[in-house]
Amino acid sequence: MAVTVYPNRYSDKSGSVRGPVGPFETRKEIDKEQLRRRTNPIARCSGLGQPPRDDGGVTPAQSIWGLIMKRTLHRMLGAVGLAATILAATALPGLAPAAHAQGVTFPGPTVEAIKKRGMLSCGIDTGVPGFASQDNAGKWHGIDVDYCRAIAAAVLGDQEKVKWVPTTAAARFTVLQSGEIDVLIRDSTLTFTRSVQLGLDEVAVTFYAGEGFLVNKKLGVSKITELNGATICVITGATLELNIADFARSNGTKIGTLLFDKPDEAIAAMEAGRCDGYTDDTGSLAGMRSTLKNPSDWVVLDGVISKEPLGIHARSGDPSWQKILYWLHAGLLTAEETGVTKANADQLKTSSKDPFVRRLLGTEGDFGKKLGLDDEWMLRAIKVGGNYGELYDTYFGPKALDLPRGLNNLWTKGGLQYALPWR
Amino acid sequence: MTATLRALFGTPLNAVLTLVMLGLFWLAIPPFVEWAFAHATWDGLSRKACAPDGACWAFVRARFALFIYGRYPLEERWRVDVVLVTLAVLALGALFAPRGRGWCLGLLMTVLPIGGAVLLTGGVFGLAPVATGDWGGLMLNVVITFIAVLISLPIGVALAFGRQSELPVVRWFSITFIEVWRGSPLLAVLFMGLIMLPMFLPNGVTVDNLVRAVVVLSLFESAYMAETIRGGLQGIPKGQTEAALALGMHKGIAQALVVLPQAMRLAIPGIINIVVDLFKDTTLVSIVGLFDLMGVINQSLKDPNWLGLAMEGYTFAVVLFFFACLLISLAGQTLERRFGSASRNPRR
Repeated sequence: MAVTVYPNRYSDKSGSVRGPVGPFETRKEIDKEQLRRRTNPIARCSGLGQPPRDDGGVTPAQSIWGLIMKRTLHRMLGAVGLAATILAATALPGLAPAAHAQGVTFPGPTVEAIKKRGMLSCGIDTGVPGFASQDNAGKWHGIDVDYCRAIAAAVLGDQEKVKWVPTTAAARFTVLQSGEIDVLIRDSTLTFTRSVQLGLDEVAVTFYAGEGFLVNKKLGVSKITELNGATICVITGATLELNIADFARSNGTKIGTLLFDKPDEAIAAMEAGRCDGYTDDTGSLAGMRSTLKNPSDWVVLDGVISKEPLGIHARSGDPSWQKILYWLHAGLLTAEETGVTKANADQLKTSSKDPFVRRLLGTEGDFGKKLGLDDEWMLRAIKVGGNYGELYDTYFGPKALDLPRGLNNLWTKGGLQYALPWR
Repeated sequence: MTATLRALFGTPLNAVLTLVMLGLFWLAIPPFVEWAFAHATWDGLSRKACAPDGACWAFVRARFALFIYGRYPLEERWRVDVVLVTLAVLALGALFAPRGRGWCLGLLMTVLPIGGAVLLTGGVFGLAPVATGDWGGLMLNVVITFIAVLISLPIGVALAFGRQSELPVVRWFSITFIEVWRGSPLLAVLFMGLIMLPMFLPNGVTVDNLVRAVVVLSLFESAYMAETIRGGLQGIPKGQTEAALALGMHKGIAQALVVLPQAMRLAIPGIINIVVDLFKDTTLVSIVGLFDLMGVINQSLKDPNWLGLAMEGYTFAVVLFFFACLLISLAGQTLERRFGSASRNPRR
């Protein structure tokens, strides 16, 4: 029952490759047998209390259901707590992780399970523009969706081998913990609580979002701090209101709010002039703006008042799976840094002299094999939808939702997207 | 005609009310007609093609198949058609066929559910397997309603008798079951199925979301069925049972052959009420991650090509649900006439 800190990870014997010592892996408890098991049920129950906030957009359905869910859940929590206590009392000793002192083995139990199943089970949103939505034929599109496809292409060699599990805000972490999905990529914010109390691995930030504002151009405002005295239409049932209150308090400004149940109502009120603007996550603001009668009358202000780093969640306990997911994200960023695109990836694999490109595409270094995959894993992942920049452009670029890249730009271009070096 | 006029304008109060209502209609209907028809756009590939002040029916047209079948694979949709058409034919047969109505009903309750399940899920007889996660749209509402009614009806009958039983264990079990399920909100129960169930199941065992939803809805509706049928049972005079017993019938046979058929006849309006209710309640399954008609519509509103078309989507849902419920209700009225519960009240 000892908890072990595993020794330095997969350092190459030749010494040419150093184990990455990134922020994503410091101490890990290894427990292969318990891996597929359920984690502490109390931790899981605490997931119920999570605010259903932080989605790129609160869908009309989510806002109604969100409200009903919250009320219902509050009523249920008493019963849940009792059940969990009973369960904990009877089953906890058996469920507590038993650790084994040994290094990380690749590809690890999650990948083995995925290969055995022949399908990646990927948790996505039930629908939010840009992240996950269905086209007329029912095919999924979105940046989260393409990450799932890239993982499937990397691990299974076929981007179509994905079982889509659309998850609601209330259920998303439970389905991850219960093993129903292998990975959750559902515009979910990475937070302390989710990492520590829910016991999830927060692998990487795929999208930096935040609460932003869409306001009437007539206000003549260009920064959020200038919003003093304005009235903003807000959807209830999330942390939007709280963020505004916190922001106003810390900046000594006054921002009035007008509350609505659904985004459509709020937008209609805004267009009717009942308020000066609308607030939501930056990701959905852009989409919202495109639905207005006169989009050119409205402007999305620069800056945000809250941090919503959206990204990849995995079940704790399988460090090798976490590494594969992290390096896939890092690989997509590295591809953009080094100019590898969907179109030229095949060609660069043989022609490129850049050592980073050669390692990334599997020409040298056997990086894929070291992760328990094959060396062309990143090549296939990149060929799904291109590098990170191409993915962003497809779903948020000028031809799509038209959201400036801002924080999601590469670190070399003033953004925050920074991949650990591919060596 | 004069009677109608007198009813509408007979007294000053009635006249004022009539005028106010006409005024309201005048305010509401023309703009709606203008929006829904005059300025509507019927063709287009995205919202950009739609006129800003009219309905964008192009959205509903483009997504119609998705609204009906969900993500059921394109080349396998004939299987859904076969099941739905068989359901419709057998239901019509059970109601209107000059002879063989019993056969139709029997097929409807035995062969269709089993055959339908095999056909829809596939995996045997060379049929490609289709995961229940890909079922969706109106088809899912119909399938869930049908199965839930099929399961809850017999359970309801058993519980109704159970509640009147002289055996305390049976009686108390039935009472507890009915009261617990009737006393809990459907949403809460669906949540329990979604969030709590995985915690109690052994490792690696997951229950299909559709199965969870169907089980929850069936048990929930059984409680209501039980009470409706118990109402019917109470409407049968005690003399019926006594007469049957006096003829030498066994107690169970007397209940099954004499009391129950008459009770069911009384309970038909209540049962139809439950079925209509259930059909509408199936939209709640979207919270357990199933894409029924409402789920698919909400989902479709998030497609960047079709943002902001909630009015069109919901209007379509209202129309579809209205006609579906009307059909159930008409079927119920036919059933009442067939069994004569409206004309031949046994308590007369």
